[in-house]
This record gives sequence, structure tokens and C-alpha cells, in this order.
Amino acid sequence: MKTAISILSPLTLLLFWEAGAFLGFVDTRLLSSPWMILHSFFPLVISGDLIYNTWVSVVRVIWGFIAGAIPGILLGMSMGLSPFVRSAIEPMIAATYPIPKLAIMPLILLIFGLGETSKIFTIAIGVFYLVVINTMAGVLNIDKIYLEVAKNFGASRKDFYLTVALPGALPMIFAGLKLGMGMALILIVAAEMSAAKAGVGWMIWRAYDMFDIEQMFAALITLSILGYIFTLLLDWLEHMVLPWKQGN
Amino acid sequence: MPYDSTSIVLTNITKIFTNGKRQITALTDINISIGDGEFFSIVGPSGCGKTTLLRILAGLDIATSGNVDIQITADDRPVNSMVFQEQSVFPWLTVIDNVAYGLKLRGIPKKERYQTAENFLRMIGLTKFAKAYPHQLSGGMKQRVSVARAFANDPEILLMDEPFGSLDEQNRILLQQELLRIWELSKKTTVFITHSIDEALCLSDRILIMTAHPGTVKTIIDVDLPRPRDVASIRTSMRYNELFQLIWLTLREEVLKVHDRDFDNPS
Repeated sequence: MKTAISILSPLTLLLFWEAGAFLGFVDTRLLSSPWMILHSFFPLVISGDLIYNTWVSVVRVIWGFIAGAIPGILLGMSMGLSPFVRSAIEPMIAATYPIPKLAIMPLILLIFGLGETSKIFTIAIGVFYLVVINTMAGVLNIDKIYLEVAKNFGASRKDFYLTVALPGALPMIFAGLKLGMGMALILIVAAEMSAAKAGVGWMIWRAYDMFDIEQMFAALITLSILGYIFTLLLDWLEHMVLPWKQGN
Repeated sequence: MPYDSTSIVLTNITKIFTNGKRQITALTDINISIGDGEFFSIVGPSGCGKTTLLRILAGLDIATSGNVDIQITADDRPVNSMVFQEQSVFPWLTVIDNVAYGLKLRGIPKKERYQTAENFLRMIGLTKFAKAYPHQLSGGMKQRVSVARAFANDPEILLMDEPFGSLDEQNRILLQQELLRIWELSKKTTVFITHSIDEALCLSDRILIMTAHPGTVKTIIDVDLPRPRDVASIRTSMRYNELFQLIWLTLREEVLKVHDRDFDNPS
């Protein structure tokens, strides 16, 4: 019953949209109609245009995500375990975190130019902050008893990282990664709108320039699907590496 | 002392905690020697510093002054392993990996450490749960894992800080009996903290009674009950009851001191 409602309600909305467009209540020049969008979606797929641009964006997101997440996890763990590192780094993170990442994009463009690096870097920065903050919080939230057990059993520095800090912080690290993935999608679109020759964000901007509303909607749908797939991948990964979490 | 050699010698142990400008003496002038293979319990009123003393033995706290001397019989053997009061098995490791944790840190190959861990899992009756995660276990089972983890590490001395304190009585009796069985097989020097006179009597060779805060040695009582013991039937023996009386009367003075102090200065 619930599933039926969940499927029927968006279908109903699409139906109203289509009917509104057909009857002239909806201005199809601005809002198009489901049928018209579908009609332009498939040629974009078949010509390879949409797939190519999606691929360009996906590669940027993946590299940017990795480039932000790995340093974020490593630094976040050090900050969680060592009060010294925490005191040294935390003020800088706290001071720069509130700056909207989009605000530094012009600076990134000046430094890295218009190539791939600037897009990857923009995403990496956004992901980094969310991951580093969550990782640190994750390590700090580990019950002190586990650190004492490790100490009592003669853990080395490496053992503290690998047998306590990393597994103990993993649930929070994943929370950070998921937030980071959302941020990555925001940033890739923004970066591609301002300075790119390909990508889903660039497609949206090109559609705006050409006043091609259907193509714009096709790009938006693609982003929605991308976000969904990335979330599924992260959920799957979380499930694989956190078999001990209750309810998993 | 009936022991061939001593395992632990504590000389003039004093511990002072500094909190801003206030200094709090937790332990003062503790002198004890514990025999090799002895089961030694510590009881005392709450706040007398029992746990602090155990943490000093474990190397988790450092004495302000005094000397801790633990006999080392083999170079590759860890000095101590502790069974903690609260839930302390790693939730992210399976039961068998928890038991083998100390061995893993010491670089013992997987096959070998699993063999040792499996032995102890059999002893505590958790073979079926080797691959389970702690959240699938009951509180009593988790404490069994914690005990097995300490034994499997094969240390010079075992330290236990009220390991059964949070269990219900039935589980507590079961675990006491299991602990006695494993301990009698391994004959490891064990220092055991408890607030239960009954538990101390069932398990120990000697019982140290500590004074109220600041903690020091009030007296040490020999538990001359025969071994191997059965924790259920030992409670009915005459000697058990005499010792219980003796310990309670000694402990009572100290407990009342704390009680009266709290009564005079309600916080």
C-alpha cells in the first residue's frame, strides 16, 4: 500500500504537469513537459552527448572525492588521536571552514587555470572539510576504554590508528563521506558552469545559452540519477566495511 | 607465605592527584607482596583507591612515589593484561579476533593466534560465537570474551577490576566458577578487585582490606578454604562464614568512616 502511494504520487504529479502543458496552464517555453523532455532525452543519449558529458563529470567527481577524502581521513585521525596536532590544526580549519567553497573558485581558477585540476581541486576542498571534521569527531567520540585496552595490550602508534581509531571512527567517517558526496555534486555543477568545455554542469549552462529547456531538464535528471547511484555505492561500501554496526 | 617466589612487590606506593591547586591523596604508603600464582583480591569502601592501585599495576597510571616490581619470567611475555569493569570488548572485532587481540599486537601469525583463541573460546563455551560480533552477545558473554582475551594474551599477571560487577547474580556465579576453572589450569598470578566479600572469598587465596580514603593496607586475610573450589558449595562451609564475619567487621569500620564523613559534610 505504502509502496503503491510512493510510486503513484510522483506519477500523478507528472500527469498533472503533462495535462497542464497540454491544456496551456503550464508555459512550455519555460517549464516544458514530461513528454517533450523524454523526447529530447533519448537523442541526447543515443548521440553520446549526454553520456560523454556525464562521464566527464563523473571522472572529476571521483578524483576530487578521492583527493579530498584521503587527506581528510588521515588528518582527521591524527587530530583525533593527538592533542598536539589538534591544537595546531583546528584553529585553521575552524577559520576557513565557513568560507563558501564557491567563493574561492575564482582564486582556484587563477592558480590552476581552466584545466581539469581546478575542478578536481574545488571538489577536493569541499569534500576535505566535511571528512576531516567528521573523522576527528569520530575519533574523539570513541569510548576511552578502548584506547586503554589497546594501551594495556601494548599497542604501538600504528596499532592505535589501525585497530582502534580507524574502525572506531568509521561510522562517522562514512557520515562525512556521504555529506562530502552531496557537496561534490554541488561543486562540480558550479565549477562546470563557470569554466568548462564539457560536463553535466556545462550542459546546463549551454542549454541556458541556447534556451533549450528540454536539454536542461535532461541534465537535471542525469544529476539526480548520479546522486542516487553515488549514494547507493557509498551505502554498499559502508555495509561491506562496517559489518559490526547494529542494524546493518 | 606458601609461595615459592613472589610475583609482585609493591613498596611505599603513594598516589596524589593534583586538581588545580588542590591535592588529593588517593593512596598512601602501600606495601604488599603477592606470590607467584596467587589469587589476590582487594576489597575496600568505595573511593578508597582500589581501582587506582590496579591501574598503577597495569601501567595505566603512574605512582607519585614508590616502587612497582613485577617478576618477569619470559622476555616475550607481556607483563599484564587487564579485564576492565565496563564493557570493553571491541565492537568492530569478531569474538575470536577480540580474544586474539593481544596476540595480534605481538605479531603472532594468524593461524597460531586463532588456535590459542579457539582454546579459550572452548573453555568459556563460546565456540559457536567465534565469528559473531559483540552486539550479538549478552552482557555475560561479553565479559567472558573480555576474560578470555586477558588469559589468551598469556601475561605474567592478570588484573581484574570488578569484571562481574555489572552482571546479574546468576551470570556472576557462572562466571566466577568459569574463572576459577581457567585460573586453576593456568595458575596465573591474579589481582582481583571487587566490592563483594562473597566474591573475594570464593575466588581468593588472600584478601587485602583497604582503609577508607586515603587508601592504604588495613589488613590482609588468608582464605584457608580448600581448592579446587565450587563456588556454590563453598558458601555453606563453616570456615566461609567465619571469614565472612571477620572481613565484614573489619571492613565495616572503614565503610562507616566514609558514611559518617558524608553524613557530617553532605555535599
